[in-house]
Amino acid sequence: MILVLPIMLPLLFMVALIFTRRWLAFQQVFSLIASFALTFLSALLLAEVSRKGIMTLQLGGWPAPYGITLVVDLLSAIMLTTTSFVALVVMIYSPGFIDKERQTAGYYPLVFGLLMGVNGAFITGDIFNMYVWYEVMLTSSFVLIALGGSAEQLRGSVKYVTISFVASIFFVSAIGIMYGQAGTLNMADLAYKMRSWEEMPYMNSALMLFFIAFSIKAALFPFFFWLPASYHTPPVAITALFAGTLTKVGIYTMMRFYSLFVVEDVMFWKIFLLVIAGLTMTVGVLMAASQFDIRKILSFHIISQVGYMVMGLVIFTPQAVAAAIYFTVHNMLSKTGTFLAGGLVYQRSGSYDLKYLGGLYKSMPFLALLFFVPAMSLAGIPPLPGFFGKLFLVKGGFAAGDYLITGVAIAVGLFTLFSMVKIWNEAYWKSEPENMPAPSRVSNLTLAASSLLVLAVILLGVFVGPVMKITHEAAVQLTDPLIYIQAVLGKQ
Amino acid sequence: MLLLLAVLIGVLYGSAVYLLLRRNIFKLVLGLIFLGYATNLLLFVASGLTSGYPAFIRNLEGETATMSDPLPQALILTAIVIGLGVTAFALVLVYRFYSVTGTVDLDELSENE
Repeated sequence: MILVLPIMLPLLFMVALIFTRRWLAFQQVFSLIASFALTFLSALLLAEVSRKGIMTLQLGGWPAPYGITLVVDLLSAIMLTTTSFVALVVMIYSPGFIDKERQTAGYYPLVFGLLMGVNGAFITGDIFNMYVWYEVMLTSSFVLIALGGSAEQLRGSVKYVTISFVASIFFVSAIGIMYGQAGTLNMADLAYKMRSWEEMPYMNSALMLFFIAFSIKAALFPFFFWLPASYHTPPVAITALFAGTLTKVGIYTMMRFYSLFVVEDVMFWKIFLLVIAGLTMTVGVLMAASQFDIRKILSFHIISQVGYMVMGLVIFTPQAVAAAIYFTVHNMLSKTGTFLAGGLVYQRSGSYDLKYLGGLYKSMPFLALLFFVPAMSLAGIPPLPGFFGKLFLVKGGFAAGDYLITGVAIAVGLFTLFSMVKIWNEAYWKSEPENMPAPSRVSNLTLAASSLLVLAVILLGVFVGPVMKITHEAAVQLTDPLIYIQAVLGKQ
Repeated sequence: MLLLLAVLIGVLYGSAVYLLLRRNIFKLVLGLIFLGYATNLLLFVASGLTSGYPAFIRNLEGETATMSDPLPQALILTAIVIGLGVTAFALVLVYRFYSVTGTVDLDELSENE
């Protein structure tokens, strides 16, 4: 019963918030409490799953391959918890950052609509149902990215809507082909049939269509151009929410599908995805190096970091997958952290452009710290979580004998450090430019939200041992799909 | 029937891609609509076409072997509804884009990026 709550609660919150749209103070307090409740619930679910193993719920009492199944394994629970924590932080941040017009125009209900879609995608065990959750999430994000309606935002959202729709089209086509071959939509049942049936033609074509759909969503190498063209346009709180949740849903789905459905031609998929991962890392980080807008630098880094996650996944030893999951969690926190810190810079100095910024370390050292910690974590400086994430990924890569991709990963780490140091030098370290406008006040709520996130990043680094233990268990579940199949279908 | 549908799907996909590559954003929305139609038909064909049989109703001899599968139709119905929602949003977005910027040409605006 607890399994429907991550979907039902955001729905109820959204409905409540839609009807009280004009009462700003109520909206702010209510969404804060609501997102706290969601975080608490997800943490509870995580504890429950790590104690009892995979939890399933057959909706409407229809047995597994016929009805829609909700499945929460450790990976889903970890993603749920991190997502709702990121949402909580953004909910604390928003009242002090987003202008009143946007806040009363339906910002809060839309965030919960987005969360409903994201949570649904994390816990569903049915591919068509997953498509529906993707659409729920995308529709909310369409409105969020266009909310406010400035010319720049509208241009960004036309691109975003188009590319997202095309990705969904690939997704549905793949579902149609898969259903035509296997006659089932249940993910566990599909995986079971792919392992037990002699022959299942067209599976690789369906998987390739899935790959295109998810790599558009996750912004992998040939399909990433929409992300830096649209993510920097809305207020940075929305961008932070997208960076922490939306793109990671693509990665989650890729992990799930790779573990369940890549049965034939494993070598082809491994090499193909490793090449994609390497190119994603390299191209993202190189394009970031040429930018001067904080939001654009960070947007390109989203792309680069996604490459690491795919690399860990495709090596597919429990060690590497555990590192990839840890890295994903770290990235959701640190990435959101750097975006929020970028927002603080904007609130103080009125610009995102590095050329017009400077001297922030001297005038506000605390604000500088709030950027420094997550940025150095992204760059992989010990003892922050980014370092451990990369360390375990590299260890996993060497242990599995994939030396080339591991070398690329290490080199890309250096370039990431370069970009982060560039923001640091330009915005915080160099002396203030001549004609800088008078600094404005930074709201306490946004500072509090950023501090909370920085604290979470530090704790993730300090408690790397216990966290890695959980991600390792999640990786064991993921690398042995029979556990998942058995939990859903109840047979060998 | 199958061949006819295959050709139709191909034509729809072709026109959709052509329209998507136009600079005019209204044509872009038309392209999205065509893309949705083509995919709905693809779902219909790919998940197995049985013509002339009802779904779930046994024939006189009590056989169930030759009934058509109702699930693809349910999937397509869902996809149509979702497509409708996205199209409606895209149309409003395009209208806003036009009233804010005064142009329907995407490229005219991207110069100042």
